[in-house]
Amino acid sequence: MTAGIGTLSQAELVRYSRHVILPEVGLAGQERLKASRVLIVGCGGLGSPVALYLAAAGVGTLGLVDFDTVDASNLQRQILHGTSAVGSSKLDSAEARLLNLNPYTKIERYDTRLSAANGIEIIEGYDVVVDGTDNFATRYLVNDACVLTGVPNAYGSIFRFEGQASVFAAADGPCYRCLFRDPPPAGAVPNCAEGGVLGVLPGLVGTIQATEAIKLLLGIGRPLIGELLLVNALDMEFRRLKIRKDPACPACGTREIKELVEVEEVCEVPGGFAELSVGALADRRKAGRDQFILDVREPHEWAIGRIEGAELIPLGELHGSLDRVPRDRDVAVYCKSGTRSAQAADLLAKSGYTRVYNVSGGILAWSAEIDPTIPRY
Amino acid sequence: MAVTVSLPTVLARHAGGVRNHIVGGGTLAEATNPANAFVAIYVNDEDARFLGSLTTPIRDGDEISVVSAIAGG
Repeated sequence: MTAGIGTLSQAELVRYSRHVILPEVGLAGQERLKASRVLIVGCGGLGSPVALYLAAAGVGTLGLVDFDTVDASNLQRQILHGTSAVGSSKLDSAEARLLNLNPYTKIERYDTRLSAANGIEIIEGYDVVVDGTDNFATRYLVNDACVLTGVPNAYGSIFRFEGQASVFAAADGPCYRCLFRDPPPAGAVPNCAEGGVLGVLPGLVGTIQATEAIKLLLGIGRPLIGELLLVNALDMEFRRLKIRKDPACPACGTREIKELVEVEEVCEVPGGFAELSVGALADRRKAGRDQFILDVREPHEWAIGRIEGAELIPLGELHGSLDRVPRDRDVAVYCKSGTRSAQAADLLAKSGYTRVYNVSGGILAWSAEIDPTIPRY
Repeated sequence: MAVTVSLPTVLARHAGGVRNHIVGGGTLAEATNPANAFVAIYVNDEDARFLGSLTTPIRDGDEISVVSAIAGG
């Protein structure tokens, strides 16, 4: 970043006056923020407070990466987006909200999924990256791209009531792979849609990421370089653990990762099983066909409604409960919408099951097409 | 000899749903189940890999934390 090239108007000086009177920021610091460029990967739970606070703080250019549309189930935590934005693109919604908050902000839009093909191109040219993605594949791509380009990553992630924050890939600091070398195997760690998340938690963790980004831009304070902040909202515990730079780290240690490689999608749905529509499942039931119906959702979802005769084994427990799944019968797996059940079907196929069917659309499709008494959630 | 082992919620489901465990044992390997690349084990605030890994002797009162990668956003 180049300090001092942004010149602040009278209106901006008024807007940022509470910053400017801070000795640690001052006029030069505020001009530096205006000249700064921050890339926010993901405009969801974490990206929302990050984008709002960085825009409000006067960061001159915000790059936003997201390809999703606003869903009603986002609104419990993704405070960038309002009810009227449901169904529209997150980038449209975010840009409108941020420009309303601060018309001096320049928004650069990337209406795409960050990938091995575009990661470097998108990230280089920014001063700081804020990782607010929701999956391991993209988090590893962001980490590797930050190491390769030398752009620090204000990292945050959340699950249920717990969060983590750090600054990775800063000069001489460790990276995400120094802490967790490889992504977990499919199904080992549930995502937010499966595990749930306290709506305010991304607010807690995202504001920490925004704080770290501003400290990095201004060169003030002690950023979370080489430290992992653990947040537990239920106990309101904040713990700091040391993260050492690992000389054997393939990204920033040995540097054997020389270019971005698509990390195996943890939620991938490869072959080895067949898809089954809810209509076909209903027909098979009517015909009295012998089949084991497996529900891989969580118990609280099971309590809302289920397909009669199904057996519950949550996805995370499936690997250790294969003895409960018969190998000599058709196994029809369902979840809420078909994603987790596809992971479960893949796990079964890879474990040697040969008669595995993934129920397309899950219980939502079952509710819509077969049994409307099952509540949609 | 007693140490505390703290698990994140995401792993507590594999340990009877309980986050904090008081256990005995002379080394980390005995006090915890050895983990893998997406789990880090800390003794107090230090990563066990830099303390001699799972053969690290543990002392009375040590706090062992198991930190799991999480990806939600």
